[in-house]
Amino acid sequence: MPKTISEKILAHHAGKSEVFPDELVEARVDFAFGNDITAPLAIEAFRRAGARKVFDPERIGIIPDHFIPNKDIASAAQAVALRTFAREFHLPWYFEVGRMGIEHALLPEQGLVLPGEVIIGADSHTCTYGALGAFATGVGSTDLAAAMITGRIWFKVPPSIKFVFRGKRKPWVGGKDLILYTIGKIGVDGARYRAMEFTGEVIDSLPMSDRLSMCNMAIEAGAKVGIIAPDAITEEYVSVRAKRPYTFYRSDPDAVYEAVHEWDISDLEPVVALPHSPENVKQVTEIPETPIDQVVIGSCTNGRLEDLRAAAEIMRGRKVAPGVRCIVIPATQKIYMEAMEEGLIEIFIEAEAAVSTPTCGPCLGGYMGILAAGETAVATTNRNFVGRMGHVESKVYLSNPAVAAASAILGRIAHPGEVMSK
Amino acid sequence: MKMNGKVWKFGNNIDTDAIIPARYLNTTDSKELASHCMEDADPEFAGKVEPGDIIAAGRNFGCGSSREHAPIAIKAAGVACVIAHSFARIFYRNAFNMGLPILECPEGAARIDTGDELELDLDEGIIINLSKKEKYRAQAIPPFMQKLIQAGGLMEYVREQMSAGE
Repeated sequence: MPKTISEKILAHHAGKSEVFPDELVEARVDFAFGNDITAPLAIEAFRRAGARKVFDPERIGIIPDHFIPNKDIASAAQAVALRTFAREFHLPWYFEVGRMGIEHALLPEQGLVLPGEVIIGADSHTCTYGALGAFATGVGSTDLAAAMITGRIWFKVPPSIKFVFRGKRKPWVGGKDLILYTIGKIGVDGARYRAMEFTGEVIDSLPMSDRLSMCNMAIEAGAKVGIIAPDAITEEYVSVRAKRPYTFYRSDPDAVYEAVHEWDISDLEPVVALPHSPENVKQVTEIPETPIDQVVIGSCTNGRLEDLRAAAEIMRGRKVAPGVRCIVIPATQKIYMEAMEEGLIEIFIEAEAAVSTPTCGPCLGGYMGILAAGETAVATTNRNFVGRMGHVESKVYLSNPAVAAASAILGRIAHPGEVMSK
Repeated sequence: MKMNGKVWKFGNNIDTDAIIPARYLNTTDSKELASHCMEDADPEFAGKVEPGDIIAAGRNFGCGSSREHAPIAIKAAGVACVIAHSFARIFYRNAFNMGLPILECPEGAARIDTGDELELDLDEGIIINLSKKEKYRAQAIPPFMQKLIQAGGLMEYVREQMSAGE
């Protein structure tokens, strides 16, 4: 029977010839990981279960990134729990401060998550790796604990929804705009418990960093995975990094989808998601003048080198508007180094932006850029829920890096073209 | 399993940042987490919720992050069951893994209000609204999830598998 890419990957990992939507399967896990917020609970559950070994040390990742470098004493204690566990079980993929990065930027960069694999992470944005053609999904800490012991996890096979993006992207429109546009169309539960499959000529030519941003936010539509069939762009990205062999799967042309959405995005301008939901999406050109207090450029959604390049292009030779704080956070040490070599960090600092070591910090209101009551931020992050970046009376607008940089320069939400034409 | 309880009602898309804000995620202590339960949706909630109370909500309850601290906070606050029109998938999974009973019931979610007294039959998926004298049928709990509940949660299930393998 014709099958989708998600069904093929799950069938292979469940040792079956085929699987069907809504069927419960137990699948082999290729890589499982947690961070400094979710792994402590998983480690507690692991120890309570009396486990004495992990299923395979090479296939477990421990990535302190949320409140790391330690923001306070309690966070430091959680970091100790991770470090101790990694030492005790000889886990090679534990990433200490100075070697770490935001998990969903770090793991693809390190070639630890690969096409055709089943990957689970105790973090909702684990769906990022669908950009590589993997079946990757976020789970809770208890699921992670069980998978660290058994190397297996149960899934309900998700029905798939196909999204076909036609036309040609306008300047400054990237993967972030495509996914926000999609969430705006279908809503924050529009793909609940579904696999979102992104296709069409726009995706065929979309660079890997944009694909990663897109799949990263599939969870914001409630999806189990966001996935893109691997191609030459995938091969170019993966071949030089892969730590294991990998497999390309593609959906059959006559595979069965629960729904198909086909959109021509040729007229789409860069978008923002207005407070307090990722589904409140408007084109930047449509919203009234919105003064801002802070800009955050970074996160697992948009902290990659290409994102920093886009922001630097806007900020080169310009200054952050008076009264605005702009915080730039390269997502990994490698990205930080490359941004320095390319002169991007110098551009940011000359523009009077603050540049930070990698951390999830401000995205989830942890630290490194918390908002006060009444403050407004533009952020390249993924959620703008009430209180997400600080006080419950603060506001977050989600955007791509170019819009965030343009907004930092003009002190209000702005189209990148407006800055570049001055 | 049967239970009676009083309802606290919330709206659609109650996200995990509202259930337990990230600023409290530097601990795994369930009592500490419970003291901030639902804080960004209703700052008074942790002070007024009583053991055995029930949360009712609209669509997509528990959307957002994968933090298991969310069902832990709800359970440790004494909430006996969450009824919603629908649940976000990671929260749904986490709730079963943690042993927090949840019921999907669009009709009930629409009719139930704060203060209503409910009688729940979890095995049958029946909700009786004693205050409104109404009865709603929730979606049956899938057989596999029932197996998890019977085992006492996911880790018990895994422990059974571990001892079977030795």
